[in-house]
Amino acid sequence: MSNIPIDLPKDAFSHMNAGSTESEIITRPSITFWADARRRLFKNKVAMIGLSIIIIITMLAIFVPIFSQYSYTKQDLTNTNAPPSIEHPFGTDSHGRDLWVRVWVGARVSLAVGIFGSVIPGIIGVVIGGISGYFGGKVDMIIMRFIDIVMCVPNMIYIILITIYIGTGPVALVIAFALTGWMGTARSVRGMILQLKEQEFVLASRTLGASSATLIFQHLIPNTLGIVVVSMTMGVPAAIFQEAFLSFIGLGIAPPIPSWGQLANMGISVFRVYPSQLLIPAVLISVTMLSFNLFGDGLRDALDPKLRM
Amino acid sequence: MVKYIFKRLIISIITIWLLATISFFLLRTLPGNPFQTEKLLSVEVQERMMAYYGLDRPLIEQYFTYMKNLLRGNMGYSLKYTNRTVNSIIASTFPISAELGLRSLAIALPIGLALGVASARKRGKAVDYICVIVAVIGVSIPSFIMGSFLQYIFAIKLKILPVSQWQTPAHTVLPTVALALSLMATLTRVMRASMLEVVMQDYVKTAKAKGLSEGRIVWSHQIRNALIPVLTMLGPMVTSVLMGTFVIEKIFAIPGLGQHFVNSITGLDYTMTMGLTIFYGTFLVFANFLVDIAYGIVDPRIRITK
Repeated sequence: MSNIPIDLPKDAFSHMNAGSTESEIITRPSITFWADARRRLFKNKVAMIGLSIIIIITMLAIFVPIFSQYSYTKQDLTNTNAPPSIEHPFGTDSHGRDLWVRVWVGARVSLAVGIFGSVIPGIIGVVIGGISGYFGGKVDMIIMRFIDIVMCVPNMIYIILITIYIGTGPVALVIAFALTGWMGTARSVRGMILQLKEQEFVLASRTLGASSATLIFQHLIPNTLGIVVVSMTMGVPAAIFQEAFLSFIGLGIAPPIPSWGQLANMGISVFRVYPSQLLIPAVLISVTMLSFNLFGDGLRDALDPKLRM
Repeated sequence: MVKYIFKRLIISIITIWLLATISFFLLRTLPGNPFQTEKLLSVEVQERMMAYYGLDRPLIEQYFTYMKNLLRGNMGYSLKYTNRTVNSIIASTFPISAELGLRSLAIALPIGLALGVASARKRGKAVDYICVIVAVIGVSIPSFIMGSFLQYIFAIKLKILPVSQWQTPAHTVLPTVALALSLMATLTRVMRASMLEVVMQDYVKTAKAKGLSEGRIVWSHQIRNALIPVLTMLGPMVTSVLMGTFVIEKIFAIPGLGQHFVNSITGLDYTMTMGLTIFYGTFLVFANFLVDIAYGIVDPRIRITK
C-alpha cells in the first residue's frame, strides 16, 4: 500500500442523489438461457455447417422423389448396373432401378427412423427417469434395478426379438428403438433430478402447494432439458447407424423399400465391380451422421455452461 | 470392503437369475419353433425333434430343468448345431472374439486417451481441431463401412494384407484396425470432454496456486479426475468389444462369437440365445463390478467405506 498523500480538494466530492434510480435501470433486455444458447449456437460455424447439411439432405429427401420421373420400384432390366449419367445421376442398380430416386427415398426412411428412433425413446426416458428420481424409494429402486437387468443384454438382441414379433419395416424399427433406447436417458435424467429436487426453488414451490406433477413437469424436467436435447441430437446418428446396421445384415428394412443401410447391403454384393453402389449410400450415411454429431457438439457447447471458455 | 463385495455379489447373482428367467420366458413366447425355419421338415418330424430336446414338456418343468443344469454350469445342447453344446461353442469362439477385442482395445485405449488429453490441453489450437475432427469422423463412419473400405483398399486393391479369415498375425491387422478406429474416436471424445470439465475445477486452481509443476497438475489432478467418466463407460464397452462385433466378424469372415448373437435369435435356437445372454450378462456384471473397484483406486473420494 502506498502512503503518498493524495491531495484532493473537499469540493471534488459531492453527495449522490439518493433518490436516483438511474443506476437501477436495465439498459439492455435481459437474455434468457435459451436465447443465449441460441446465440452461441448460431455463432458456432461448424455446428451451422452441420445444420445446413442436415437441411439440404432433408430437402432432397422430401423433393427428389416427388419430382423425379422414375419411381423407386420401377425396374428397367435393359439398363442394369448403369454407371452415373445425366439420366441417372447415381446410376442404376442390378434391377435397373434409378439409384438417385432410391437413395433419396432411402434418405426419407433413414432420417425418419433416425429422428423418431431417438426422440421417442428420449421422451420416454425423461418421463420414467423423472418419476424415478422424484419419488425415490421403492419406485426408484424397482425402476433402476429393472434398467440394470435389462441393460445386461446387448440392445441388438432386444431389437431383433422385437422385429421377430412385429415384423420389419420403419415403424417396427422405431417401436423397437423406443422400447429399448430409453434406459440411458432415464438413468441420466434420474441422476439430475436427484440433485435438483433438493434445491431451494423446488422447496419454495412445494411450500406454495404445488402438486408432484407440477413439480416434475414444470420445475424439474425443464431444468434437465438442455442435456436431454443434446443427448437426443446425439441419438439421431446412433439410430441412423442402428437402422443401417440392421438393414445391412438383413434384419431392418426389407426390400423393396430402400433405406441407406439396405442400399449399402445391396451395394456390398457388387462392390468389386460397381463400387459406386456401395460408395454412395456409405458416404451419405457417414456425412449425415457427421452432420448430426457436429450439430450436437455445437448444441452441447451452447447449452452446457460448464464448458464455456 | 469385504461386506461391500459380498453385498455386490448377492445383487449380481440375483440380477443374473432374473435375467435368465426373463429371457427364458420371453424367448418361448416368440412365434414358431426352432425346427420350422430351415429345411422344411414335416410336422411329425418337428414334433419328434421337439420331444427329443424336451421342448414338449410344460414350460415350468423346462424352466426348472434348465435352471438346475445352469447351476452346474451346463447350458445344454444347441438346437441348430447338432451334437454341440452351448458351452463348447462359446469356448471355441469366444477366445477369437476376445483376442480381436483385446488387440483393438490395446491400440484404442492409450491412443484415444492420449489424444483426448492432448486435445483438451491445447483447446482451440490446431492440435485440438485436428483431434476433434478425426474423432468426430471416426464416430460418424459406421464400422461396417469402415471395415469394407479397409478391406477394399488394403486387401483387394493394394494386396498387402489378407482379405479375410483369422490365421496368421497379418490376418488380424485389418479387423483390429477397423474395430479400434471407432473405439479410439469415442474414447477421445469422452476424454476430451471430461478433461475440459476438470481443468476449470477449484482444486486445479489450488494446485496451480501452490506452485505445482504443470506435469504434476495434469497427471495427478486433471487426468486422474477426468478418468472417472471414461471408467464408467469402459465396463459396457469392454464387454461388447470382447463379446465380438457381428459386422466386423462377418466382413472379415472371423469365426468369433458375434455371429451367434444374431443367428441364434433369428434361428430361434433357444438354448444358444439363453447361453449367450447369460454369458454376456455375467461378463457385464463382472466388468461393472471391476469398474466400481477401480473408481476407488482412481478417486479416493468414492472409496467404499461402508
